[in-house]
Amino acid sequence: MSRPRKAPSGVDPNLLIEDAAKLLPVRSRRSFLRGVVSLGALATLTGCDIIDGDTSENALRIVSRFNDWVQARLFNPHTLAPTYPESAVMRPFRFNAYYAEDEAPDIDGEKYQLEIGGLVDNKKPWTLPELYKLPEVSQITRLVCVEGWSAIGSWQGVKLSHFLRLIGADTGAKYVWFQCAEGYSNTIDMPTALHPQTQLTLKFDHKILPRAYGFPIRIRIPTKLGFKNPKYVTALWVQNNDAGGYWENQGYNWFSGL
Amino acid sequence: MTIDAATNPPMVPNAAAGPVIHPAWVRVTHWTNALAMLIMIGSGWQIYDASPLFGFTFPRQIALGDWLAGALLWHFAAMWLLVINGVAYVSLGILSGRFRTKLFPIRPREVMRDFVAALRGKLSHEDLSAYNAVQKLLYAGALLAGIVIVLSGLSIWKPVQFWWLTDFFGGYNTARYVHFAAMASIVTFLTVHVVLALIVPKSLRAMIFGR
Repeated sequence: MSRPRKAPSGVDPNLLIEDAAKLLPVRSRRSFLRGVVSLGALATLTGCDIIDGDTSENALRIVSRFNDWVQARLFNPHTLAPTYPESAVMRPFRFNAYYAEDEAPDIDGEKYQLEIGGLVDNKKPWTLPELYKLPEVSQITRLVCVEGWSAIGSWQGVKLSHFLRLIGADTGAKYVWFQCAEGYSNTIDMPTALHPQTQLTLKFDHKILPRAYGFPIRIRIPTKLGFKNPKYVTALWVQNNDAGGYWENQGYNWFSGL
Repeated sequence: MTIDAATNPPMVPNAAAGPVIHPAWVRVTHWTNALAMLIMIGSGWQIYDASPLFGFTFPRQIALGDWLAGALLWHFAAMWLLVINGVAYVSLGILSGRFRTKLFPIRPREVMRDFVAALRGKLSHEDLSAYNAVQKLLYAGALLAGIVIVLSGLSIWKPVQFWWLTDFFGGYNTARYVHFAAMASIVTFLTVHVVLALIVPKSLRAMIFGR
């Protein structure tokens, strides 16, 4: 399946790809399970290469797919992420990406358009003034990073479920796919997209989302790990095929639910 | 078909000498647990290093998984082995009465007496089927740490779906410290456990062959 991928204005796609490449694991993909002194003795005893190599990596990925299945069943569409008082919000909020803050996409809000595609009735792109007019919801929730740290933030925007209905999305489709300005991408499951706290976020702490936190759009999903909360979103597609994602494709668990 | 025990001796050393100390289910679950724990601890150290709670990190040479994604794959695969094996072990331990007869009661006075005797090198290891009071306390403690590490792990894996469990451990951040403390307790136990098993090698033999 091919889709047009035009870079938003003000962003040099080549520069962004260079930045992304720098942050890939240092060693080659084949070695990513190595470095195992604690289990080295075991591998020697059994005389087989169970720690290294494609066999164990494939086995681990199969278990990871099984864990996706388990998590999709654990996910309760009515269970809300805990919310916190204003005083709990981290200010300034932590910037986090696989690139430095001054390398973050710098998008021209005047020219920006959110591209819509896939299984939707109305594919008309959305400008920021149009998005800012939509009914606003607010949440103070905890962003949990896959690394283990967490931070409480205050986000405002449109309920993603409301937006999906507005554009006539087929909510019976399996996935929603997001493309971001820096080349990042994410696919999420439809039940999560329709969760009442999943938000097409336009503001942080009641102010227009600053560049550091994903201007002009972040998808805030308090039921998923931070890396499943894409920033600098430029396109939204509703589809039935899993288009993967930047970190998921490198071995992070796909569902990554909380 | 009949089997003549006299002409088909079991393939274990000293088969006729004494009763079985550790039945097969204890030995199988023990070594399965040992493998699962090593994978969980090694990968857990790698995960810890991505966002350390204290002013140190674990050396990469002893951490499993090479980078965060690899460690997480190991951690969330071995958790099934740890939990399924752990549930089997605890269920059999309760149903067979083994926990009740071997681990309890634990009396503080006896723990003190046996601890002093152990330090003076005067603790008897003649009867491996009966645990001394220090052993009872350590095994019961390790069992408790095992339960805490699984539940606190579940609470930081699913702080939204199991928010009540995360609350029980004092919230997301505190639960991470609880998970770490349970790991530290288990590693301490493991160190003492392995050293003592090597000092009394027949206890190691009993855990492999049953007697």
